[in-house]
Amino acid sequence: MEGSTVDVAARAVPLVQMRNIDKSFPGVRALSQAQFELMPGEVHALMGENGAGKSTLMKVLSGVYDRDAGEVLLDGKAVEITSPREAQDAGISIIHQELALMRDLTAAQNIFIGREPRRFGILDERQLNRDTAAIFKSMNLNLEPTVLVETLTIAKQQMVEIAKALSYRSRVLIMDEPTAALNDAEIAELFAIINRLKAEGVGIVYISHKMDEIKRISDRVTVMRDGEYVGTVPAAETPIETIISMMVGRTLNTEAHAIPDTSGQPVALEVKGLNRGREIRDVSFSVRQGEILGFAGLMGAGRTEVARAIFGADHKDSGEIWVHGERVGITAPRDAVSKGIGYLSEDRKLFGLATGMDVRNNIALASLERFTNPAGVLDEAGMEKSARDYIRQLSIKTPSDTQEARLLSGGNQQKVVIAKWLLRDCDILIFDEPTRGIDVGAKSEIYKLLNNLAAQGKAIIVISSELPEILRLSHRIAVMCEGRLTGILPGDASQEEIMRLATMREAAMRPDAERKIA
Amino acid sequence: MTETAAPAQKSGIRMTGAFHRLLAFSGLIALVVVFSLASPNFMQTQNILAILQATAVNGVLAIAVTLVIITGGIDLSVGTLMTFCAVIAGVFLTYWGLPMPIGILGAILAGAASGLISGTVVAKLKVPPFIATLGMMLILKGLSLVISGTRPIYFNDTPGFNQIALGSVVGQIIPAVPVPNGVMILFLVALLTAFILGKTALGRYTFALGSNEEAVRLSGVNVDRWKIGVYALSGAIVGVGGVLIASRLNSAQPALGQGYELEAIAAVVIGGTSLSGGRGTVLGTLIGALIISVLANGLRILSVAQEWQTVVTGTIIILAVYADILRRRKL
Repeated sequence: MEGSTVDVAARAVPLVQMRNIDKSFPGVRALSQAQFELMPGEVHALMGENGAGKSTLMKVLSGVYDRDAGEVLLDGKAVEITSPREAQDAGISIIHQELALMRDLTAAQNIFIGREPRRFGILDERQLNRDTAAIFKSMNLNLEPTVLVETLTIAKQQMVEIAKALSYRSRVLIMDEPTAALNDAEIAELFAIINRLKAEGVGIVYISHKMDEIKRISDRVTVMRDGEYVGTVPAAETPIETIISMMVGRTLNTEAHAIPDTSGQPVALEVKGLNRGREIRDVSFSVRQGEILGFAGLMGAGRTEVARAIFGADHKDSGEIWVHGERVGITAPRDAVSKGIGYLSEDRKLFGLATGMDVRNNIALASLERFTNPAGVLDEAGMEKSARDYIRQLSIKTPSDTQEARLLSGGNQQKVVIAKWLLRDCDILIFDEPTRGIDVGAKSEIYKLLNNLAAQGKAIIVISSELPEILRLSHRIAVMCEGRLTGILPGDASQEEIMRLATMREAAMRPDAERKIA
Repeated sequence: MTETAAPAQKSGIRMTGAFHRLLAFSGLIALVVVFSLASPNFMQTQNILAILQATAVNGVLAIAVTLVIITGGIDLSVGTLMTFCAVIAGVFLTYWGLPMPIGILGAILAGAASGLISGTVVAKLKVPPFIATLGMMLILKGLSLVISGTRPIYFNDTPGFNQIALGSVVGQIIPAVPVPNGVMILFLVALLTAFILGKTALGRYTFALGSNEEAVRLSGVNVDRWKIGVYALSGAIVGVGGVLIASRLNSAQPALGQGYELEAIAAVVIGGTSLSGGRGTVLGTLIGALIISVLANGLRILSVAQEWQTVVTGTIIILAVYADILRRRKL
C-alpha cells in the first residue's frame, strides 16, 4: 500500500523539479548536473555516501545556497529562490538534523516565532494557542500547545518542527535524517504522521542512510554520488544491493595496499562489551601491535563515541578495556594516556590543539611533567630539543618551534598532535578522521606516516567517513551502524561489502526483520 | 630554509608581546607627563612614593586575579578574601598573641585555603567561576564580620607590624630613595608570579587551560588538579595583600574589602590580559595597577572631585580594552 503512489508520478505535475544544478565551493565541486523530482503526496528518498551532495542539493532547494547553474521548477513553473524566507513563502520547509527550537519557549511560541498573532499591538497568547492546537489536531498529534519544548522528547520536538512547517502551509517538507535519534516506537509515530501528510498531498524529501526505513516509507529513491545524479528507482521493487551499488558506483583507483600479516603479533588493545546509552551497543574488538584497524560507517554510526569512551573522554555504561593483556580502568583521558593510548580528535581546533600556544608547547603539552626538573622549573631547552626532533622526524612544516599552532596548515597541525602523543610514548593511537580538512597532497603524507607508525609496531585505529581512505589504510575494517559493530572485514573488502554492513541496522540482528517490513 | 626563517618569526612574536606592553606602558608615561606638566607637585619624591604605596595592595590583588583570569576564569572574592586574611592575622596576633611570622603565615595560608575551596568548587562541582567566587565573596565578608564581632582588630600589641608595609628597608640602606616595604613586597610577588607563569608546569598549564581546556584534558592532563592549584596560589597571593592592608592601617577592618576586586580586575584588563583567557602578563597587570593609582593621584592633585575620578577610570577601562581589540583586529 505504501508504494502505491508511484504510478501517480506518471500523471500529475511534479511539485518540484530540479534540473542540471551546478554548485561549487572554493576548490570543491559540490554539485554537477544534479537533478531531482518530487510529486505531490510522494515520499522521495535521497541517498548517497557522506559528501555525495544530498544536503547541498536540498540547501539549494531551500534557498540556503544559490546555485551556479540549472533550474528549479515549482508546479512546473521556473522559480528563483534566494533565501530561506523565500523558500518558506513558496511552501518549502526543511527540518534539520539538529533541531532549531528554543528550548525555554512553549511549543506554540516556537511554531509562531516572529509572526505571533497580536491584538492592539499586544501578543495574543490565546489566539496563538488556538492556532497551534488546530495544527496539532490536523496532525492527529496529542500535544498541549503550552508545553515547554525542553520537557519534550526529541521525537516530540521533531513533531513540533513539522507542525511549524505545516503552519507555513508547506507543501514540500525536507527531512534530514529524521530518525537518527528516535527509537522504534517513535519512528512508527513519525511514519504515521508522514503517511497522513502524504494523503494530504504534501511532498516529502527523506534524506537517510537507513535501508530498512527507506524501503518502509518511501515511494522512490534517488541516488547521488560525488555531486552527480545517478538514478531514480522505485523503492519497493528495487533490491537493496542495487541501491548500494548505485551509491558506491565508482571504481577506485587507489593502489592495492600491502596488508602485512599481524596475526602473530600480540594484542595491544582489546575492547569487550562496550556500552553507552543508545550510542554504543555491545561493541567488542581488538587491535594488534603493528595493525591498522579501520572503522567505517555512516555519520552517527557511533564510531567517534566508541573512540571517546575508550579514551575516557566520555563516560561509558559498561564494558572492559584490556591493554597489552591487562584489564585497565579508564575513567578519564589521563588514565588512557598513562596506559599509552593517544586520541587524535576529528576537530583539532576544538579538542586537539591549544591553538594560541606555540608548536613546542603543543608537542610538550602531554609531557610537561617529564620536562620539569626537581626544583619545579620547566626545562625549556629539553622541550625545544624534543620539539625540533619531531618537527624533523615528521617533517612538520613550520618556520620554527615557537610558531603559533593556529598558523600551521591542517596537515601540519595534525602532525603536531601526532608528535604530542609520540613524545608521550603512546603506542596505541586512535585517529578520528585524520585527514578531515587536509588537502590532497598532505593526505598521502599522513597516510605514509600512519603506515610507518604501524610498521614500528604501534597499534592504530583509524576512523574515517571516506571509504577510499579506509580501504587504502586498513589491515582490517570494522563497520558500525546505529551504535553496533555490524561486522569486521578483511582489509581487501569491497566497498559494497562495507556499505552493506554500514546500512544494515537491526536487520543484521534480526534476520526476519526485512521480510516482515516488506 | 626552515632554519633561516626561524629568527624572523621569533622576533615577530616578541614584538607583538612588546607592543602589547608598550600600549599600556605608553599610556602610563603619557599620564605621568600630562600630570607633571599640569602640576609641579606631581613629580615630587613624596608624591611618587605615595603613588607606589597606594599601588601595593591593589597591585598584589591584581596579580592574584591575573592568574585566575589567564585560565579563563574570574575571581570576585579577592577583595573580601583580603579582609578575611587580615582578620585572621588579627586573630593570630592580637587575640592569641602569637609571634608575628606565625600571624603572617596564617593569613597567607587562609588565603590559599580559600583559593583551594574556590578552585575545588569550580573544577569539581563545575560551578562557573563567576558564581563560585561571588558566593565566596559573600561568605568571606560574612565570616570576617562574625570572627571580628564587626569591630576592627588593632595590631598595637604587635610592635613592628605596621613596618611590614610602611617601613623602608631600602631607605635604611639608601636614604635618598625610601621605597616603602609594601612596594618592595609588590615587586617580589610580581617577580615570583612571573617566574611561576613563565618557567613552571603550573604556569604553562595556566595558559593552556585558558587557551583550550578541552585539548588539555584530552592530552591526559589532570586538569582539575592544576586548576585548583592556580586558585590556591592566587588565594595565597591575596593573603599577602591582606597582610599589607592590615599593616598599612595597623588594623584589620572587617567592613572593608568589597570593591577592591573590581579595581583589581580593572588593573588586569588595562594591563592587556584577555578576559577570555590564555593571554596575559604580570608586567601588564603591574602597569595597569599603576595607571589606576597615577590617575587617582593626579586627578586629586588637580583638585578634580573624587566623584569624577571614578568616571575617568571607567572610561579608561573601556578605552584600554577597545585599543586591545583594535590591535588584535590588525593581526
